[in-house]
Amino acid sequence: MGQQAALPKELLITGGKIYDPATGKSRREDLGVKDGRLVDPASLRPEKAQVLDATGCVVTHGFIDIHAHFREPGREDKETLVTGSQAALAGGFTRVCVMPNTDPPIDSPEGVRATLERAEGLPVRVQVIGAITKGQRGEELAELREMRAAGAVAFSDDGQPIRDGQLLKRALQYTKDLGVPVINHAEDVHLRADGVMNESALSTRLGLPGNPVEAEGAMIYRDLLLAQDTGGRVHIPHISTALGVAQVRAFKGLGLAVTAEATPHHLGLTEELMRGFNTQAKVAPPLRTEENRQAVVAGLLDGTIDCIATDHAPHTVEEKEQDMLRAPFGMIGLESAFGLVHTTLRAAGMDIEGIINLLTAGPAAVMGFDLTPLKPGSPAELVVLRPDEEWTFTREDIYSRSRNSPMLGMTFTGRVVATLTPNGWFIQS
Amino acid sequence: MREPAISLHHLLGLEGVSRQDIQILLDTGFRFREVLERPIKKVPTLTGVNVVNLFFENSTRTRISFELAEKRLSAEVITFSVASSSLSKGEGLKDTVRNIHAMKMDAVVMRHPSPGAAVQLSQFVDAAVINAGDGAHEHPTQGLLDMMSLQEKFGHLEGLKVGIIGDVAHSRVARSNIFGLLTMGAEVTVCGPGHLIPPYIEDLGVGINHDVDELLTWADAVNVLRIQRERQGVGLIPSIREYRSQFGITNERLARHKKSIIILHPGPINRGVEIDSDVADGDQAIILDQVLNGVVIRMSVLYHLLGARVPQETN
Repeated sequence: MGQQAALPKELLITGGKIYDPATGKSRREDLGVKDGRLVDPASLRPEKAQVLDATGCVVTHGFIDIHAHFREPGREDKETLVTGSQAALAGGFTRVCVMPNTDPPIDSPEGVRATLERAEGLPVRVQVIGAITKGQRGEELAELREMRAAGAVAFSDDGQPIRDGQLLKRALQYTKDLGVPVINHAEDVHLRADGVMNESALSTRLGLPGNPVEAEGAMIYRDLLLAQDTGGRVHIPHISTALGVAQVRAFKGLGLAVTAEATPHHLGLTEELMRGFNTQAKVAPPLRTEENRQAVVAGLLDGTIDCIATDHAPHTVEEKEQDMLRAPFGMIGLESAFGLVHTTLRAAGMDIEGIINLLTAGPAAVMGFDLTPLKPGSPAELVVLRPDEEWTFTREDIYSRSRNSPMLGMTFTGRVVATLTPNGWFIQS
Repeated sequence: MREPAISLHHLLGLEGVSRQDIQILLDTGFRFREVLERPIKKVPTLTGVNVVNLFFENSTRTRISFELAEKRLSAEVITFSVASSSLSKGEGLKDTVRNIHAMKMDAVVMRHPSPGAAVQLSQFVDAAVINAGDGAHEHPTQGLLDMMSLQEKFGHLEGLKVGIIGDVAHSRVARSNIFGLLTMGAEVTVCGPGHLIPPYIEDLGVGINHDVDELLTWADAVNVLRIQRERQGVGLIPSIREYRSQFGITNERLARHKKSIIILHPGPINRGVEIDSDVADGDQAIILDQVLNGVVIRMSVLYHLLGARVPQETN
């Protein structure tokens, strides 16, 4: 439970360890914030400045999420740009790239501009990913270059894979000089069929239609081949299988400039959550077996996977109260992201700097964003983390308009204490 | 009558149900057989107990069997048959739950197309939930009546070799048979076209054989699953003729074996597809015993789940 407000005019962050992912260096000193910018702490007026005691904390660049669904326009009952931004801020994120599978989809420069205009002044910086195809129908290319000119930072039909390999090939050829990633939902629809969970001994036991690892593996392999063929910029989203990780590793080994992301839930959770027919754990791609989960973690440890992305996917209570076949795919993930990622990757031997990189420098590099260094003059874009704090994720921690998470009630190690942006301020109470 | 108590609050599936509880349910089922021999086939055991049968999927046999069981125990019975079309209009599980609360039901018998629907329902209602089939997950009363029929025929389940033939992947009957029979000490082998045998099924503790003749050589009894003809249209079965010749149970096939292999079928039967008429009507088939045992095993389940919830009548 925390609170969100305007950033104090003057703020002194004292006693923490500063880790700057832009330089990869850590230091121990106080940080001053004034009028939304970092300043020399000596320039603050002691009687006016609010003090944030960051003893035992790490102060670092705000997290960047390159894969979230804010549902606006069209499904504002699930999430809006405002509520999504508040959820992001509470999760330590200061920038979010939103997916275009809204209603209507963001598939035109007008759509990109409209979303960017609506997102002005929000607590976090919202950037827009444009659709690859008109209406996300997978039939003809959308106005990709005009969308780029309007500010789109990547292209994706996320939620729907581009089934037609020729079409994706054309999209890669058409956009390769733009230097922004094309992100194709990595599931072969025919192999996925009507699967609602990972195909496994457990799906057989539960009688639930299975979605096999090959559905992801086949699509990732095709997309890697097309990247190699065209020189286009492919980014693999929400990788969930050992098969997918191995293929990305192999193609990176051949020198291909491909990137990949993993979600907190695929690196931290397994299909075991489907026992008891829990619709909150129904997600695409599905939660997999422990072996696959470990392969995703190994991919993060050795750099095969470049970053964490939440795939924050809000759905209403009513939709998730349906039966297993009809409940929609997806879970919210912004507020719980750091807790689950830190708990899991620390246990796997990764240090806090490595974990922060996967949430900051990693996604920035994938998207070609510049990270602002943590020095006087930079805009305030900070998160304060307490890596040793144990906490239980509850309804009180959710700022999203939806609450579809299988993680409610789980205990994590590592918590967001505060998040600062020029337009927003979240502090854990 | 007085029977030992079982440890279940709901009957959602046979996975995880103890051997002792299954045996109690079967034993009570045999004792209810006697009721059906009486001139007045009714006992007052569940007088004043409210049972609702909710069928979100077409079923005639199972619904009638439950209704008969409930009426013979003197329960108050309401049956809703909700066509799948109204499911797609949004009548969801939550509304079902709320209706059950409002109607003060003591038990819900539910058939639903989604695996786990009965499990989900049981998490939200106080009423006893009896799963009458949830997608490809479980059909526990069918599993119990199959075991009861086998026990009646062989006198025991321990060590019995049971084959299950057909579309195991989409079959709740297969899963409930597997969980129940393995718990009771029987051996199970599944048989069918490779793509209709679900992946990793051997993890459940069963054998796999794709050759019907080899299966028959091994088995004491086989449970022949219904082949849904509509699967032919989606490319799962190339032709009825091929299925019949490769996997169908025919007298010709049975005649190659010297022993008498017992034939079960959960119904409704596709005569001439998965099983020939001669076999279904022959001496080796116990299909009508299954129908009779279906009624009494459902009486047994209702008695055990609900008997403890109402003031005990002496009867």
